[in-house]
Amino acid sequence: MPVSATLAAAHFTQLRPRLVAFARLQLRDATAAEDAVQETLLTAFEKNATFEGRSEFETWVFGILKYKILNQLRQQRRQGTWQPLEQDFDDDTLDRLFQQDGHWHSAALPSHWGEPEQVLENQRFWQVFDACLIALPESIARVFTLRELMGLSTTDICKEVGITETNCWVILHRARLRLRECLDNGWLS
Amino acid sequence: MLMCREATKLMSLKQDKTLSLRERMALRVHLAMCQACRHCARQFDLLHQASRHHPNSLLNTRETLDE
Repeated sequence: MPVSATLAAAHFTQLRPRLVAFARLQLRDATAAEDAVQETLLTAFEKNATFEGRSEFETWVFGILKYKILNQLRQQRRQGTWQPLEQDFDDDTLDRLFQQDGHWHSAALPSHWGEPEQVLENQRFWQVFDACLIALPESIARVFTLRELMGLSTTDICKEVGITETNCWVILHRARLRLRECLDNGWLS
Repeated sequence: MLMCREATKLMSLKQDKTLSLRERMALRVHLAMCQACRHCARQFDLLHQASRHHPNSLLNTRETLDE
């Protein structure tokens, strides 16, 4: 059933918390997140487009939010409020997990998590997943969420964040190692 | 020979780009021998899947919110 933007006002109310949560994960700043969502809603109302149902509508709104978030990130970068990625990036992830010879430390051996379908249905998994995302250092989290939650290619991330693609891969490697370590510790214990 | 540390690097890279034939072979051989890295590889896949199914993921809205 087609949904007009006016009729969609009710959807907005429902959608808003998820938009804010998403923007916060990405921008890591409550005010900036609120601003991005506010602008998104204004833009969405102005366009007054129609949709083939609610999911199409939500995809469209999230698309606008993604654009607003990228704008905010560019702005933050111009204003110099970002830690340059290369610098705070000298972390100990690899040394903590691996021995000198490249084997896993025995205390850091990954365990078996069970079947993916069951894991993804587990409420506890999602709580820990979010907590672990938030616990990542900001610059690492930013690259990871751009890649995995926003679905940008590493080529595009380089342009947005101003790093080389190689550096991007290095950061994503550490992000994934840290996340799986955090989940291993927090979720299974 | 590929060690666990480098193997995890390739597992991560695999989520972002297509590996070369050489990289794929090296990884496959390592995974055949190393259970911990097999777990890790599945966990990386799951992180990727989880991000796409995340309640706040952009990529998720179309699939799960259909009424």
